[in-house]
Amino acid sequence: MTIATQTNATEWDYSPAPDTTKITIEQKNKLFIGGKFVSPKSRSWFPTINPATEKKLADIACAGKVDVHSAVSAAKSALPKWSRLSGTERAKYLYRIARRIQERAREFAILETMDGGKPIKESRDVDIPLVAQHFFYYAGWADKLAYAFPGAAPTPVGVCAQIIPWNFPLLMASWKLAPALACGNTCILKPAETTSLTALRLAEVFQEVGLPDGVVNIITGKGDTGRFLAEHPAVNKVAFTGSTEVGKLLMRQTAGTGKKLTLELGGKSANIIFADAAIDQAVEGIVSGIYFNQGHVCCAGSRLFVEEPILEEVIHKLTRRLSTLRVGDPLDKNTDLGAVNSKEQLKTVERYIRCGVAEGAELHQTNTGELPAKGYWCNPCFFTDVQPSHTIAREEIFGPVLSIMTFRTPEEAISRANNSPYGLAAGVWTDKGAKIFEVAKKLDAGIVWCNTYNKFDAASPFGGFKESGFGREGGMQGLRPYVRLGGV
Amino acid sequence: MARLTVAKTYKMYIGGKFARTESGRSIAIKNLQGDVAAHICHGSRKDFRGAVECATDAFPSWTNITGYLRGQILYRMAEMLEGRRDEFASAIQTTQKMTVTAARKEVDASVDCLVQFAGWTDKFQQVLGCANPVAGAYYNFTVPQAQGVVVVIAPQTPSLLGLIALLGAPLCAGNTVIAIGSDINPLPAAILGEVCQTSDIPTGVINVLTGSQAELYEHIASHRQVAGIYSASLAKKHRVVIEQGAADSMKRVRFSTLDNEAWYDGNATASPWNIEPFVEMKTIWHPSAC
Repeated sequence: MTIATQTNATEWDYSPAPDTTKITIEQKNKLFIGGKFVSPKSRSWFPTINPATEKKLADIACAGKVDVHSAVSAAKSALPKWSRLSGTERAKYLYRIARRIQERAREFAILETMDGGKPIKESRDVDIPLVAQHFFYYAGWADKLAYAFPGAAPTPVGVCAQIIPWNFPLLMASWKLAPALACGNTCILKPAETTSLTALRLAEVFQEVGLPDGVVNIITGKGDTGRFLAEHPAVNKVAFTGSTEVGKLLMRQTAGTGKKLTLELGGKSANIIFADAAIDQAVEGIVSGIYFNQGHVCCAGSRLFVEEPILEEVIHKLTRRLSTLRVGDPLDKNTDLGAVNSKEQLKTVERYIRCGVAEGAELHQTNTGELPAKGYWCNPCFFTDVQPSHTIAREEIFGPVLSIMTFRTPEEAISRANNSPYGLAAGVWTDKGAKIFEVAKKLDAGIVWCNTYNKFDAASPFGGFKESGFGREGGMQGLRPYVRLGGV
Repeated sequence: MARLTVAKTYKMYIGGKFARTESGRSIAIKNLQGDVAAHICHGSRKDFRGAVECATDAFPSWTNITGYLRGQILYRMAEMLEGRRDEFASAIQTTQKMTVTAARKEVDASVDCLVQFAGWTDKFQQVLGCANPVAGAYYNFTVPQAQGVVVVIAPQTPSLLGLIALLGAPLCAGNTVIAIGSDINPLPAAILGEVCQTSDIPTGVINVLTGSQAELYEHIASHRQVAGIYSASLAKKHRVVIEQGAADSMKRVRFSTLDNEAWYDGNATASPWNIEPFVEMKTIWHPSAC
């Protein structure tokens, strides 16, 4: 009988609920320089694929040295007028951009998911709304900068080279562009190789709203394109989000040049759960901490520290919760984990999982649902019996892989959490108010989420301690990288 | 017959002790008449490493005391500096062609600069930090936090004022400091330890080395326990060495652009925007519900 079978919850399943893919994508995506889409002088193109289907979506221009130079020149020519424009006028452009993004939100969300592999419910409910919010938030700062830097007469830095990663393509573009433009700078944005499409669509928005030519230039390409850009002598400021390895290279490269630098780099963030925490909520926090965006999150809570008495309970609840996560078609509105961004990244994640097993940790991969035949997929998993010296407990994996360790005292939790060259984020779960603030204070991390995790907002500064980089993005402090201050 | 004066032996100040360099090296400092006024310690890489250890040990307690207490200690330091006004003025004049008035002006500006930083200890947090109005049911705020051990490389001139101005910023925020005195005018740095010793500055919070700055750049830049570097008036080739070396452990490096008269402008030297490079901004989220 039907009713009898219904008691077995696992036999229930969601019907597929794919979002429409009826959006047009140019077959040849050119560079956006000086307000126009132009073919690359390099004559070089590369394909971008949908990581969920492995099908090619389009060709992307690969900017060479000459293209980089013309983008920097365009930004330099646009600088005097843009930086002298009144703050309120600059604000109005940014408000227009925010509005236009809201109007085209659905299109952006679908394109982001197709090009990058993230679940549509994340691009629709997190990425794109935050993109619009960032432009809207920083628009309002454009004519109020003197209040953000009392006594210091802020002026623009100049031409900004902004190099962004593939995990939150359009969101990272907005984190970089919005504060830079608000402060009166002009920009050259270099999207990541695998995720250029939404940034180029943003260029259409800039055309639509009449942003003056050259104020933002978008050049696509590979690693070399980024290197040419950062090296260009007319660049006054380099802002980079990506790996710590590349961050260090940029620091050496810009040494002695007087170029301002901000770096938002890797992490191995600790999520600490005390025995007195609300366990069910904490388990949700673990899940959003490490499995959000397939774990392609620099601040992912990839090291979980559980107070010893509740270890068994946490593992039990986490195992159950993991079995309900749906991995598959990113365009399906019920999908929790989409595709891993690229074949290369999938190989990296799989190498770390093998390494965890080889070094003696115990792998729990309880979500064993069938994965699509094509595309790059990784089932969410976690490790127990992890030693602090294990590779999976030290290195950034950038995938849905969690390492679980235990502690006995708050001091032990703090010292183990801080025992990392990184210092991007941390989570603390406890119902004791005094304890939460004491632990939050002692953690070496730029963001501390207390009884929550992976929350983002345009008004909230983001950025790391130690080798997770320097400078903040978001909030009032996010203006600092884009101004020079007088008298100091 | 005129009385023979008792000349001071200048030492470095490391971990609360007046120490000679382990290397046994010294540098002769000549006064304006060309006579050897003193032999100052030519600090070594090993002295520097020892100082880093002392500063690292001193960091947790210095950063965790209240801003109010830190302010009183820095104010006490200003009081002690004021009390040695003549000694510092004459130390400045030993190697620099300056009138008594000018030398005293530098000492006075140094005292005033310290007083300004003493006042910042429990206020910069309110200027640099803030509550953030996020779009959701969360309480969210951003607070600055000290970085750890900061190395201060004093400008050649003004030898005392430059040193104090660079020292005050990281110190008032709760960092511990290793200061490297001016090469050509090292005497004020060499006696600064005596001010620290008598002003309740805890052991290891301020450490002062003298000798050859350039010899230490590479070691300062590559030492993994150093969190920040603050200097002024450095030649480009030295800035390159420091910034390249700093990349590996991602130190926070700040080259001040203050020079000449700007050193005497307290609003410039003791600006909170000089403190800001030596703090990390921490943003704390908490849900708001009942």
